[in-house]
Amino acid sequence: MAIDKATVLRISRLARIHLAEGEIDTVAKELNGIIQWVEQLKEVDTESIEPMTSVVEIELPKREDIPDDVANQKELLSNSPSTEDGFFVVPKVVE
Amino acid sequence: MNKLTDLTIARALSGLKSKEFSAIELTKAYISSAEASRELNIYVEETFDIALQRATLSDKKLKSGDAGSLEGIPVAVKDLFCTRGIHSAACSKVLNGFKPPYESAVTEKLWDSGAILIGKANMDEFAMGSSNTTSYYGSVTNPWSPKGAGKKLVPGGSSGGSAAAVSARAALAATGTDTGGSIRQPASFCGVVGLKPTYGRCSRWGIIAFASSLDQAGPITRTVEDAALMLNVMAGYDPKDSTSVNKPVPNYALNLNQGVKGLRVGIPGEYQMDGMSPEIKQLWDKGIEWFKNGGAEVKDISLPHTKYALPTYYIVAPAEASSNLARYDGVRFGLRKSGDDLQDMYSKSRAEGFGEEVKRRVLIGTYVLSAGYYDAYYLQAQRVRTRIAEDFKQAFSNVDVILTPTAPSAAFEVGANMDDPISMYLNDIFTVPASLAGLPGISVPAGLSSEGLPLGLQIIGEPFNEHNVLTSGKFIETAANFDSLPQYIGG
Repeated sequence: MAIDKATVLRISRLARIHLAEGEIDTVAKELNGIIQWVEQLKEVDTESIEPMTSVVEIELPKREDIPDDVANQKELLSNSPSTEDGFFVVPKVVE
Repeated sequence: MNKLTDLTIARALSGLKSKEFSAIELTKAYISSAEASRELNIYVEETFDIALQRATLSDKKLKSGDAGSLEGIPVAVKDLFCTRGIHSAACSKVLNGFKPPYESAVTEKLWDSGAILIGKANMDEFAMGSSNTTSYYGSVTNPWSPKGAGKKLVPGGSSGGSAAAVSARAALAATGTDTGGSIRQPASFCGVVGLKPTYGRCSRWGIIAFASSLDQAGPITRTVEDAALMLNVMAGYDPKDSTSVNKPVPNYALNLNQGVKGLRVGIPGEYQMDGMSPEIKQLWDKGIEWFKNGGAEVKDISLPHTKYALPTYYIVAPAEASSNLARYDGVRFGLRKSGDDLQDMYSKSRAEGFGEEVKRRVLIGTYVLSAGYYDAYYLQAQRVRTRIAEDFKQAFSNVDVILTPTAPSAAFEVGANMDDPISMYLNDIFTVPASLAGLPGISVPAGLSSEGLPLGLQIIGEPFNEHNVLTSGKFIETAANFDSLPQYIGG
């Protein structure tokens, strides 16, 4: 199997998605199914083919670095699960 | 006169203008119809009060002569579009209760032109799905059901609520988004018209992001002309979307009846897959006959990398999704679950907030972007994507449009194709290639299956040539003369 239990745990840590012990085997099986299916892309000759990052051939536009359309603080905080004195609150990260 | 909810946008606009009926009357008719179709679970948020207020304003504007181009037209908006102060959750638990402090560019344009929001339409969670069964708010039932049997069918996805709304007369038109077929496939399943414009034609600003190099907004309507009228408003350059293209917006509703005489229509051999349903093949053949009889020059073409489109999509889209969905961390908005520390809080919030399909795609995306696998999977997929786009470019040196079926089957039962993610992914086999190449495509209802379910044909066009796509779509509409109605019509 290309994706073993350890790999699933590594990906779930990278993706910040907690998996319960009982889910790991199922997820490994499903991810393996998908990865085996996409393996067929390896048979395509892509020697000297540029990877496509955008379908539109435009140069990214530049603008002056001045703020516009600034939302107000109250609005921005209104959807947060926890705020205090105009800040977003998170669990303590520095002891 | 027909029931108000049977009118097309074009007809409703003329009726409003000539004072045959008022915007309030039209809006009330749609509200009743939306209420009557509640068991289909089309809307995740109804905005009837706002709609009635806006309709009063529309009537004033119609009276004073400063009506917008969609003045008084009741529309459904996919829950993926941010609407100021109104439920916008991408049908995910992680965003349940989210009320954005801003309006998406496309919906802003709709309201500026006088369109009226009836409600936010159900969809697959974060637009990931082909059956509208991954929504946190439950699945949508297709207004169509097979002859004789009381089976519940899916409306397709991910814009399933939008397509079902238009089909069941719970809205006159709807917005959808299409990343790999999410406008065209549900339109085919629900017997309505779905248009995915060229990538870059409509602003993505304020649309909750799934796969940014593919996502594109478009209309779902009952007629091709209505799709053109909606696109006239939805399209246009927006400096806030760096991939929006600064090209003038023509009047897409002009000359739709010009026919297809002399039009070069490509039939890609690779779309005739092994095990293709005979019904779909017959429909496609019928479409080819229509174009031949209409004076088009029908040509066989080859798109050699077609079979690689789906696997390419299922690397590129999850990779982009894993990056886009990193923002749901339980800090600035959305669901939070407490944890032992900050990292644990992120992991538990995301585990609780995302559904199974979303988790699967974020994990796959994370895997193909991770150290040691990036070149083998992600970079290779991007290279194959280039080859797929080159196939189309090559084909368009000989033809003007490409004709294919929209989906490999009619709508299926709720609960089917669930055992294996890949069997669900195969629904998008005919729509994904054009998405990867950023091309415009339309699905137009063209016939019924033996079970009496709608089937669509797809037209794919060259970049920014929505005109050819729409006139070909109009030609199919006229030839098919599709006048069947779903079994379930609200009101």
